[in-house]
Amino acid sequence: MSLEQLYTEAQKLSTKQIRDDIVQHLYETSYQLCQEGVSYKKAKKDTKTEKLDAIFTSPIFGFPIMIIMLGIVFYITIAGANVPSTLLADFFGWLEKYLTALFSFLHTPNWLYGMLVLGLYRGTTWVISVMLPPMAIFFPTFALLENYGYLPRVAFNMDRLFKKVGAHGKQSLTMAMGFGCNAAAVISTRIIESPRERMLAILTNNFVPCNGRWGTLIVFASLFMAAGFTGGIKSLVTTGVLVGIVLFGVIVTFFVSWVLSKTLLSGIPTHYTLELPPYRKPKIFDTVIRSSVTKSWSVLVRAVKVAAPAAVLTWVFANINIGDTSILQHAVQFLDPFGKLLGLDGYIMIAFILGLPANEIVLPILLMGYLSTGSLTEVDSMIDLKNIFIAHGWTWLTALNMMLFSLLHYPCGTTLVNIYKETKSKKWTFLAFIIPTVIAILIPFIIAQTVRFFGWM
Amino acid sequence: MTRTKIIKLVDGEKGDIIKITALLLDGVMRRRLLDLGFVNGAFVEVAQKSPLGDPIAFRVSRTTIALRKEESGKIEGELIINGE
Amino acid sequence: MGNEYYRIALVGNPNTGKSTLFNALTGLRQHTGNWAGKTVSLAQGSVDFKNKTFQLIDLPGTYSLFSNSKDEEVARNYIAFEKPDVTLVVLDATSLERNFNLALQVMEMTTNVIICINLIDIAEKQGIEIHEKRLMNLMGVPVLKISARNKLGFPMLLDTIDRIVNGDIKCQSFQLKYPEEIEKKILKIEQQIHEIIGDTVSARWVALRILDGDESLINEITKQFKLRGDY
Repeated sequence: MSLEQLYTEAQKLSTKQIRDDIVQHLYETSYQLCQEGVSYKKAKKDTKTEKLDAIFTSPIFGFPIMIIMLGIVFYITIAGANVPSTLLADFFGWLEKYLTALFSFLHTPNWLYGMLVLGLYRGTTWVISVMLPPMAIFFPTFALLENYGYLPRVAFNMDRLFKKVGAHGKQSLTMAMGFGCNAAAVISTRIIESPRERMLAILTNNFVPCNGRWGTLIVFASLFMAAGFTGGIKSLVTTGVLVGIVLFGVIVTFFVSWVLSKTLLSGIPTHYTLELPPYRKPKIFDTVIRSSVTKSWSVLVRAVKVAAPAAVLTWVFANINIGDTSILQHAVQFLDPFGKLLGLDGYIMIAFILGLPANEIVLPILLMGYLSTGSLTEVDSMIDLKNIFIAHGWTWLTALNMMLFSLLHYPCGTTLVNIYKETKSKKWTFLAFIIPTVIAILIPFIIAQTVRFFGWM
Repeated sequence: MTRTKIIKLVDGEKGDIIKITALLLDGVMRRRLLDLGFVNGAFVEVAQKSPLGDPIAFRVSRTTIALRKEESGKIEGELIINGE
Repeated sequence: MGNEYYRIALVGNPNTGKSTLFNALTGLRQHTGNWAGKTVSLAQGSVDFKNKTFQLIDLPGTYSLFSNSKDEEVARNYIAFEKPDVTLVVLDATSLERNFNLALQVMEMTTNVIICINLIDIAEKQGIEIHEKRLMNLMGVPVLKISARNKLGFPMLLDTIDRIVNGDIKCQSFQLKYPEEIEKKILKIEQQIHEIIGDTVSARWVALRILDGDESLINEITKQFKLRGDY
């Protein structure tokens, strides 16, 4: 007899009552263990948690506090990352001079120097200097909120809204994780017990901009949207624009969840439970060190593993000519008409395509294309950067649509791999790719056509 | 109180303490509720409503668990202490 | 190196400070690793003690091991099929009632169990007094009070792990006796199960799960046997 047969046989012995009895018995035993092994001197209640919950989940303050918290986390990340980013970039630039000297001393051929220093070195160091500082600030801040116990309250507050679209309140947590890394967030959807809601969380996680897209979003928000401001106000306006972009992503998430739960994912039953643990003061130092060190390390590894090959590949594309133009230019020309429809251009489209392995490298590839230097470019100041874009016909519309495309487009390679691992389904992985892609094309298209129709540009 | 009053968890007010008498659900959800301590005879306190009224958080076996009204509407119990 | 190498699994309810304990014990010596042909990755870290290396595996936090969710299946499969040398059950001292529930389930699956009662500092403040000796007698396995946050009780914990893997402590994990009607049914199928699966997994536990209608476990056992090529 096989186990399956035995199982079928045994189901005749099993009743609903037995299942209940088993759990009931476990509980009774646990209770007895407590009776005998634990004494409760005074039933002192955890009034701190109760009082804090009355504020954090209050009908009046609950939502405003959440939005302010989100804004604060973003602001700390953006404002705090500025200086270390510049320092890192300066350091890598300084180091590059010595590398260049070394290569010319060794009389290495130009193509090798180009591939290794201008492609590989610049590509990876760009990723590190742009991505590392925000990561090193965002993750610890997030971890502190998590360890303190605030995040489950967010899931508690938000559940009603998620329920309306057929999703789970805990999705707000996996979304929050997505701000750091969508690939990690896809794995974190395991906290959602019910399969249907979990699938929704997986398929829509991409609409939360991950760390790799932050750089892009921050650059364009501050260059084009907050252009008229300086100093602290500028950071504030940038933050405001980013919060707007994020909220738009949330709206898309809700909309897509709602459509999916009415169509492809309808009918499968749901269940919901959420524990609200007591608030506990986190070990601030430990948390900060741990999450920044471990996350920073993973950024470095990722930069080397993913960004480096992509940077080399881009360099090769930009430097191998077919006819009298490079492969990259051919591709740009081919994609340009399509890009224009979306208020973008061929360079932007190719940057997103080559950026599939990692969103971090979209911006450097774009710059590389614009400058046709065939290598990732160092840009000394933000003003230079803006001039490059303007010289290529950028307006606020290009910047806006670029940000929206970045927000909405297909997940990066790592995320897609994780989606496949988690869902074990080619169909769902494909849907996770195609749904965002269609939306990322539609929305900029509609905006671009509307703006042109009314002649606002 | 001499007369016992049976109410559903969802109808409890903040501070109410309810002794569970019946779980009117099946399958995985029943399982999960049992795992969390919503067993027959357990005492549950209504702890906190979320800003939009649903879900509601309950204190059960010394932890706080939030349930949606779909589930808390299917758990019945005796109202032991009226919070009001 | 040449250290003897043991695998120690950490299980516990969510929010019991299990990961805090894991982090505090392993420091930054962590990585995420896949295990035997699985796509699920778990955080792993190591800690050296005497001349041994304990490889700690941080299983997902779960309320039970009844395969209600993916996390519960991951934790259950690891304990049942990967057979860690010792399983640490991390409990929250402030809500032991629910936490013991999980400990009892673990003890049905495996023998070498240590009960780690965490957050003991907070429990003491709340006037909860835990008599670990009494619990140890009742449960037949070591019961330790720790505070992962304040790194209290770690030497004792490591020493206990050491003594279990050395065989100096013999765990006799407490086996729940169910009401007679259930016990009879367990008895009816336990022997047959044992004939099919041998000693790889506790037959009594599988019998219980079968009576409970846990189909996913049966699928998993079949899969495991195929993987090992002896089915």
